[in-house]
Amino acid sequence: MIEVNKENFEAEVLQAPGLVLVDYWSEKCEPCKALVPEVEALAEKYASSMKFCKLNVLENRRLSISQKVLGLPTIIVYKNGEKVAELTKDEATAANIEAMIKGQIE
Amino acid sequence: MAVIERDVVIIGGGPAGLAAAMYAARAKLSTLVIEKANPGGQCRTTYSMENYPGFARGMTGPELMDRFADHAKEFGAEIVRDAVASADFTGDEHVLRTAKGDEYRAKAVIVAVGAEPRTLNLPGEHELRGKGVSYCATCDADFFEDLDIVVIGNGDAAVEEAMYLTKFVNSATMIVVHDEGVLDATAIIRDRAFKNPKMKWVWNSVVEEINGDGIVESVTLRNIKTNESTELPTNGVFVFVGTVPKTDFLRGSGLELDARGYVPTTAQLETNVPGVFCAGDARVKYLRQVVTAAADGAIAAVAAEKYIHEEETFRESVLEPELPVMVAFWSPTSQASLDFLPAVERVASRRQGQMELVKIDIYKNQRVAKRYGIETAPTIAFFRGGELIEKAPWPTTEHDLELEADRI
Ligand SMILES: Cc1cc2nc3c(=O)[nH]c(=O)nc-3n(C[C@H](O)[C@H](O)[C@H](O)COP(=O)(O)OP(=O)(O)OC[C@H]3O[C@@H](n4cnc5c(N)ncnc54)[C@H](O)[C@@H]3O)c2cc1C
Repeated sequence: MIEVNKENFEAEVLQAPGLVLVDYWSEKCEPCKALVPEVEALAEKYASSMKFCKLNVLENRRLSISQKVLGLPTIIVYKNGEKVAELTKDEATAANIEAMIKGQIE
Repeated sequence: MAVIERDVVIIGGGPAGLAAAMYAARAKLSTLVIEKANPGGQCRTTYSMENYPGFARGMTGPELMDRFADHAKEFGAEIVRDAVASADFTGDEHVLRTAKGDEYRAKAVIVAVGAEPRTLNLPGEHELRGKGVSYCATCDADFFEDLDIVVIGNGDAAVEEAMYLTKFVNSATMIVVHDEGVLDATAIIRDRAFKNPKMKWVWNSVVEEINGDGIVESVTLRNIKTNESTELPTNGVFVFVGTVPKTDFLRGSGLELDARGYVPTTAQLETNVPGVFCAGDARVKYLRQVVTAAADGAIAAVAAEKYIHEEETFRESVLEPELPVMVAFWSPTSQASLDFLPAVERVASRRQGQMELVKIDIYKNQRVAKRYGIETAPTIAFFRGGELIEKAPWPTTEHDLELEADRI
């Protein structure tokens, strides 16, 4: 997964063509850490359909808030730079994330 | 899909489930915990843990839970990451099915599913969850560095979490329904909160609405004395108004729940289903804390161990033998049974090789006695091929018993 931050977010996510998934996480977020292996598995499985990125919100607080992310875990899918799908908190389970990915690539 | 069998399966790896796992594994039962997230439960979401005996300051919720989990694993308990989606407690075996599609079968099940934050169902609350509305301070505090937040609730947990948040935020405004100076929190916590310069207070008020376009911008407050509504700009709303049990998935499983979803138990933490126990916040109880959850875990594990042992002994000695079995249900508190036991033993010894004798203390083993409708001691019952074929309460004579035994 590509590590995005305030320097490259514009280029990697907002200006990127096609689908980009961003996993907003933090060192202190227990549910996020628990999700990591599952999201990584999905990144491998769907590597050909979309780009997978992760963003550390602690180091990019202002950027996160500009994306209206104020709670973790949050997973957002962008299409041509536009937010098209989002899961947050309890909804952000591996099964739901996979369903969201499938919904976007169909 | 796999079918996994264990002596004890514990649903939930919070303090109750982890303590139960440690006790059960240490008693040499094969023990497995199914936990849908990281072990630790609600305790993992709270930073300040000042009231677990033996640890004053300097212990955090997540640290304590890591120790609980390590302790359970040290004695051989397994912890698997999965969510129990449904349970069937209506048959002879207890069956659990999980989100990943596996099936677990256990001699005894301990339900330790705990609770989750109660929501208020205010307009805007659901829509703005994760967008400024939060139920977990440690999870979300970082987002609110130098911002202003509102806290709903004024019990111990609410005030402690608000004080934790003041390490990050610019201000934390408590919206309190009571008169000025009155909180549900205990005095020691209240006094500390009143001294905290970052805590602000709005009295006699409730939050009516959370407003914002994709992100929290303000709350609408109503003063319950004057009925006046005002709008208070804020960046976040933290809600700490108690919890609700996570027992929804158990509806229809055969397990009895009360009107609010809590599981009623006996003092041994038995539920209405033999072999299913409940520990921690999910059960009907007086005090929901880490220390009482851990205590529940210990009780449930010991009760489960005793249950498994009694059931196995009963099966091996009463239900499985090929010979007929004469079972004397007795009680140490009944003089009649003490008087008659020697006669029962004589009758049995004269039929050695034709009939076996098992004595069951109905006081210690009420469950088996009840299952066969035996309420008074002494009672004599005859079993053959795993079935009860006759029962006869005393008084009877040694001679009558001889005749009875011969008929069988
Ligand atoms: C903000 C806050 C602050 C608190 N502060 C304190 C404090 O300072 N001191 C104190 O003593 N107590 C405190 N408490 C209370 C304490 O955390 C709880 O009483 C305790 O955690 C209850 O333990 P439990 O094991 O019964 O349940 P929980 O801690 O709720 O754990 C239950 C576990 O079961 C899992 N689970 C649920 N359903 C399933 C399923 N279907 N499949 C698989 N897994 C499942 C959950 O993921 C969870 O990990 C606080 C609680 C909160 C919310």
